[in-house]
Amino acid sequence: MDTTATFWLPVPASTVAQDIDALWSFVFWISTFFFLLILGMMIVFAIRYRRRAGDVERLDKGPSHNNPLEAAWIIIPTLIVLVIFVWGFRGYMKMTVVPANSMEVKVTGQKWFWSFAYPEGASSVNDLVVPVDTPVKLLMSSQDVIHSFYVPAFRVKRDVLPNRYQVAWFEANQVGEFDLFCTEYCGTSHSDMIGKVRVLSKADYASWLEESTIGAEGMDPVELGRKLYTAKACMTCHSVDGNPGNGPTFKGVFGHQVEFADGSSLMADENYIRESILSPRAKIVAGFQPIMPTYQGLLKDAEIDALVAYIKSLGAESE
Amino acid sequence: MSNAATHTEPLRSNLAVPDQIDEKTGLPRENYIQDGGKGLKSWLLTMDHKRIAILYLITVVAAFFVGGIMALLIRLELFLPDEQFFNADQYNQLFTLHGAIMIFLFIIPSIPAILGNFVLPLQIGAKDVAFPKLNLASWYVYMLGAGITLISIFTSAADTGWTFYTPYSSSTSTSVIPMTMGVFVLGFSSIFTGLNFIVTVHKLRAPGLTWFKMPLMVWGLYATAIIQVLATPVLGITVLLLTLERAFGIGIFDPAMGGDPVLYQHFFWFYSHPAVYIMILPGMGIMSDLIATFSHRKIFGYKFVAFSSLAIALVSFLVWGHHMFTSGQSEIAVMIFSFLTFMVGIPSAIKVFNWTTTLYKGSISFAVPMLYALGFLFLFTIGGLTGIVIGALSLDIHLHDTYFIVAHFHYVMVGGTVMALIGGLYYWWPKIWGRMYSRTLGVFAFLLVFVGFNMTFFTQFILGARGMPRRYFTYVEQFQPLHAFSSSGAMVMGLGFLLVAINLWWAIKHGKPAGSNPWGALTLEWTECTSPPIPHNFKETPKIEYGAYEYDRVIPTMEKQG
Repeated sequence: MDTTATFWLPVPASTVAQDIDALWSFVFWISTFFFLLILGMMIVFAIRYRRRAGDVERLDKGPSHNNPLEAAWIIIPTLIVLVIFVWGFRGYMKMTVVPANSMEVKVTGQKWFWSFAYPEGASSVNDLVVPVDTPVKLLMSSQDVIHSFYVPAFRVKRDVLPNRYQVAWFEANQVGEFDLFCTEYCGTSHSDMIGKVRVLSKADYASWLEESTIGAEGMDPVELGRKLYTAKACMTCHSVDGNPGNGPTFKGVFGHQVEFADGSSLMADENYIRESILSPRAKIVAGFQPIMPTYQGLLKDAEIDALVAYIKSLGAESE
Repeated sequence: MSNAATHTEPLRSNLAVPDQIDEKTGLPRENYIQDGGKGLKSWLLTMDHKRIAILYLITVVAAFFVGGIMALLIRLELFLPDEQFFNADQYNQLFTLHGAIMIFLFIIPSIPAILGNFVLPLQIGAKDVAFPKLNLASWYVYMLGAGITLISIFTSAADTGWTFYTPYSSSTSTSVIPMTMGVFVLGFSSIFTGLNFIVTVHKLRAPGLTWFKMPLMVWGLYATAIIQVLATPVLGITVLLLTLERAFGIGIFDPAMGGDPVLYQHFFWFYSHPAVYIMILPGMGIMSDLIATFSHRKIFGYKFVAFSSLAIALVSFLVWGHHMFTSGQSEIAVMIFSFLTFMVGIPSAIKVFNWTTTLYKGSISFAVPMLYALGFLFLFTIGGLTGIVIGALSLDIHLHDTYFIVAHFHYVMVGGTVMALIGGLYYWWPKIWGRMYSRTLGVFAFLLVFVGFNMTFFTQFILGARGMPRRYFTYVEQFQPLHAFSSSGAMVMGLGFLLVAINLWWAIKHGKPAGSNPWGALTLEWTECTSPPIPHNFKETPKIEYGAYEYDRVIPTMEKQG
């Protein structure tokens, strides 16, 4: 079994990838053959029958039609594409029909991050963690516009819609980290709506689950907040260096006066930060759009505490 | 009869004899440029199909360069990941405008409205199109639509992508309504042209010009016109519904208001897939004319080439769902759409085989238009074959919405349509202006365009297959070298297009007089018309005795003036 990337295709890391890559090779070589055939004929004819002096004074003696030849180049390509059609459809059905024993992960797409809820109660953002050699069913929906869940290494892609569940599945057969992209254009940070799929051995997955459901107790809250800032995709819109992104920077917010779009203002305290995480559209900072989704249900209390501590530390640093 | 080597014998009164040639300019004294009236007003109120073609030429080429500059800015930004020259929002507006301008303002009107308008009546021996006023109206409607679209650019340019997918398009804060209303208005321009061509082909062919004697350019335009008339209203309705939703909150597509976003995709592609063939069919028509003329060969399998255009026009209405294999259609729907997608590929393959075989035993000239025809054959074959790759369901799931798709449609639209358009412009330029351009510069510019194009877009096949999603402002590090190479190619291609424009522009004033039939073609615009033609094309209605490409019966007279 080939488990490395080729010139054309990324690492085949799921059970369906083999079949798709085989079809790719089949179509690739057939196409190359026909392309070279056309190109070859074109070059040979162009050289052999290039215009010579006196040519234009004679009548065209070449054939003007040939029905058996026409029939041949209608029937042969038709048969070939029928093979490709059936092969492609069978592959598609394999990718569509979810195995009965699959583990189910709820996937939510929103501007501009992915969140995942696991059957055991754990959750993660932009970081889909799955056990190897286990079929995983993704039950997907969007909170806002259309997104599309794409993992090139698994050859899996499905649009994620706001008004219905979409289903996709895969079974990773290699331990490792693989890119996860949003492939349906969704606005400003579409190209930042990327994450990782981490495929762990079954033992590692079990310990990851345990760790993430217990929480990182005993960790310094500022350190945990710094980790969550990346892990929960705050970084997509909020900088920590003072530059505004899609949302205001975290630097120097805490303990300072914040101006809102409706003209009011407020001293940023712990409760303001907490409210901004859980009901982000309650107060909109002047100059920004009300685009942030709520993190209700995505963060545990300890994690919110940690983020508040982290933002607090950034406020202090600026003074 | 069929064995006799007869030279073309035009009605002599139709061609300028030496004393009617102006000694100073070297062009015929009477021609549509000088005799159609002087001053701007005579152009803006003209009903001459040739002058309307020139109006379209100016505006559509301007749109091409505006859209092209945006393409170069996009490639400049993508040379490196992260923010370089534009921020994410500006980038999103750039690719939206690039797409919308290239599709709606450039490529859809390009060949029919410029070259179709100029040559269709000439090729069928008519004095004009059937409805000259409607023809002029189509240009004004085009200008109105273009103007409305431009409002969007100057307010806050839409950032939805040219596809205006809901619910993004119904929720973004940028100005989508001017863009969709512009598209709505532009549609009528397209319908007017299509309607005009259908009636013209049916009613105004010269005596003796039966359907199978017509140039294949006319077949291509006719098949295109059918799609323009039948499909464009659906786009009009779709963007109108979208506008109503945005303006008045009537829930049709936005789920927040009880609508269905996938319904929008069905509506949109029901037009926009046939529209792909509005873009390529006229280019295929030009290809047939170029290949036959520059090989001095009867086109191989005329009827197969002609009917394959109609087959494409009909089947093209039934494949829209292949843009939506990941949207969540039923398995039976994706199966049918995949099957029909393969079937619509067959008529294109028939054309490619017939064009290639036409070269066999020909007398092949490498004039500049022929280089573009051979370039088309090379690039369109790649475009077509990669269409087979993404017609296969399981492969499309991997490749959908990646750079593979971007590369595929640029191979068809630029490698096909734009190559045909430029080939056609080079081919008919001596007829339109009476003067010839520089061959040396023409060859050089072709090489830049051809090499630059392949650098730009072949690279994108690799990017896409490796998983690079489209419409990305920035990208992960591993894609950087390929992006940089693609961007470099775009600059080479851009320079090539600029040189094409300079060469053609220079020829209008300074080119050598070309003569009525410099290529030795057999179609009426060359055998029975002066270069440039007189205002009503023919002094006497031509009598048609042989078909468009009967080089096996007729030896053309290569008439050069001056």
